[in-house]
Amino acid sequence: MKLMRRVYFDNNASTPVLSEVFDAMRPYFGEHFGNASSIHHHGQDTRAAVERARESLATLVGCRPSEIVFTSGGTEGDNLAIFGLARSGDHVISSTIEHHAVLNACKHLEEMGCEVTYIPVDGSGQVDPDDVRRVLRANTRLITIMMANNETGVLQPVEEIGKIAAEADVYFHTDGVQAAGKVPLDVNRIGCDLLSISGHKMHAPQGVGALYVRKGTLLQPMLYGGRHERSRRAGTENVPGIVALGKAAELAQETFQRGDDKTMAASRDRIQQTILENVEATGLNGEGAARVPNTTNIYFEYIEGEALVIALDLKGLAVSTGAACSSGAIEPSHVLTAMGLRPDRARASIRFSLGKQNTPEEVDFALDLVPQTVSRLRELSPVYNKTTVSS
Amino acid sequence: MPPSKTIAVAMSGGVDSSTVAAMLRAEGHRVIGLTMQLWNQRRLAGHTGMPETVQGRCCSLDDVYDARRVAETLGIPYYVVNHEDRFERDVVRPFVEEYLSGRTPIPCSLCNNHLKFDQLLIVAQQIGADALATGHYARVEFDQACGRWLLKRPADRSKDQTYFLFGLTQEQLSRTLFPLGEMTKPEVRDLARHHGLALAEKPDSQEICFVPGGDYKNFLDAYLAEQGDALPDTAGELVTTDGNVIGEHGGIHHFTVGQRKGLGVATGSPLYVIQIKGDTRQVVVGNQEDLYCKTMRVKKINLISVADLSEPMRVQVKIRHRHDPASAQLEVSGADEMTITFDQPQRAVTPGQAAVFYDGDVVVGGGWIA
Repeated sequence: MKLMRRVYFDNNASTPVLSEVFDAMRPYFGEHFGNASSIHHHGQDTRAAVERARESLATLVGCRPSEIVFTSGGTEGDNLAIFGLARSGDHVISSTIEHHAVLNACKHLEEMGCEVTYIPVDGSGQVDPDDVRRVLRANTRLITIMMANNETGVLQPVEEIGKIAAEADVYFHTDGVQAAGKVPLDVNRIGCDLLSISGHKMHAPQGVGALYVRKGTLLQPMLYGGRHERSRRAGTENVPGIVALGKAAELAQETFQRGDDKTMAASRDRIQQTILENVEATGLNGEGAARVPNTTNIYFEYIEGEALVIALDLKGLAVSTGAACSSGAIEPSHVLTAMGLRPDRARASIRFSLGKQNTPEEVDFALDLVPQTVSRLRELSPVYNKTTVSS
Repeated sequence: MPPSKTIAVAMSGGVDSSTVAAMLRAEGHRVIGLTMQLWNQRRLAGHTGMPETVQGRCCSLDDVYDARRVAETLGIPYYVVNHEDRFERDVVRPFVEEYLSGRTPIPCSLCNNHLKFDQLLIVAQQIGADALATGHYARVEFDQACGRWLLKRPADRSKDQTYFLFGLTQEQLSRTLFPLGEMTKPEVRDLARHHGLALAEKPDSQEICFVPGGDYKNFLDAYLAEQGDALPDTAGELVTTDGNVIGEHGGIHHFTVGQRKGLGVATGSPLYVIQIKGDTRQVVVGNQEDLYCKTMRVKKINLISVADLSEPMRVQVKIRHRHDPASAQLEVSGADEMTITFDQPQRAVTPGQAAVFYDGDVVVGGGWIA
């Protein structure tokens, strides 16, 4: 049977491990297998590898190596930051468009006796820093607002928020999962105290991540055990994963030096413009806002995004809409809803997110497939037919 | 072998629909598995009378897991599609409103009409499927003579599900496959085993999928509480057929026509619910013989084997799922309304239930008992 061509434009969900990254981590499964806490040669070997990776991460975000804590991924980093700082009675500021790793952690904070204010976003999907300033209270302990939104790619004004946090002497955590590797990061320019990163969103494997914790920030750990990661995160280090994350961080830095992010933005813009120009009744979600270079989110009126995602998958193109719930069904997007998008448009929205592995030919493939698939779906849509007949 | 088609299978995670997927795959068709996410059981968890944890069957993760495992075993693409909004609008709300109006609803028919053979069929077509197959026990075939798609009772009469399918239109029937129509349930289980499906012995589900444990009264309470509404006071009088008040009741939604237990009055002879009057909240009780009724009106008609009914027709009518079709005369008595006159009076004609008309094995059509 002929294998179907598969093109993957869902890199905000997960990215493939790059071959350089895989090559870097492979020796740490067999050849260099020691426990990084052991005193012997084997332990020293992996300890050195972990610390080299820590330096690469520190370079990526502009901090000291000692300020990097390795985690199991973005969710753990977000949770460690939030539960590591907030106590019952504290006030916490977040936004309505956070990833569920932050949103549901904040919901739990409320159950624990914290008060959480969720800052709304404007039509382009951005938080207004003045709103953050306005809701500050004497007992505000933490601001947690993401750098880049996973669904729209819209960048948040984190530098302004960082200034507000510094003035108010409030901790500032930012979920940097969708920004890391896509835009240059500098924790001092951002002014954040904590920043979480996920490996598999930047071509390292799933199951590894990092949390930047500014020196002097007293985090209550979530896991108790050995004194790993300076007692901030107990548990034997995931050495192959950490090595891979370090390598991915180095590659990301090189990417910015080469200007690959500009090339990626050009590909993204080509997808976006071609669709918006050639397919009627479409629009861009996040119009007017600065975005990470790999993401575009487009609504196709008169169709269900879910059906479009399935139809495209059956033809070999992987894209996504909203967030999947536990059954695998798609839930209405809280992000697009928070942006004030009409519910039918929110349900009709599709995210294309590019990765380093994508080629111009793959963009051509998508641009050939999407318009014809949208046409077919619309032909079979009761809403579309009613509208076109009556108009 | 017939030419290969692309067929979407509505997979519930049960043995019937799983076997359908396996059969069609074995016949060489391109099969796509679809499961509808219709109701989030967690929504009402913790409300009074509702289980703390998720116990209801509808869209349970276990069933989705089972369906996904079958798809993986068969090597077919599989997707879960979210139709929670439509399900709530077209099935759950009408279900609640019907009970509060003193009628006894059948959510499964509403789900078939508005979800499975409407929304899901549209998705199936949109993703390139020629037809939608389900695990219902029924038969569908095109009749050259009358030029219409016919819905027929299945070979296994004990599993007949045509009662829930009377609302299907010609367009829907033309795109629907019921591959189990010629099979018996034991044969289906044998085939499931033959195809190596791990769920071949999984028990059948009976209850209303979104009502955990089948306790609809607790469900009504919990749903209304979640919506921020108190359960409206539907308490009223218990009256006899001659209009004598003999007691009070706690709410009309606690009753269904033909019910004998739980009336809260003690008399010499057994009493039955004869009628529930939604407007006056009266529950009329009477003797066994008062339950029998010779004529009834049926509304919101869907005709299948005939385009219209110009003159009265002899049919057999089924007035609930477990009812032996009774001979009757069917005639138009108003706009979208028909009157049925039974040869023999029928017990417990229940407003809100469906009346489905048969001509032997063929489903003539059906409607809702007024």
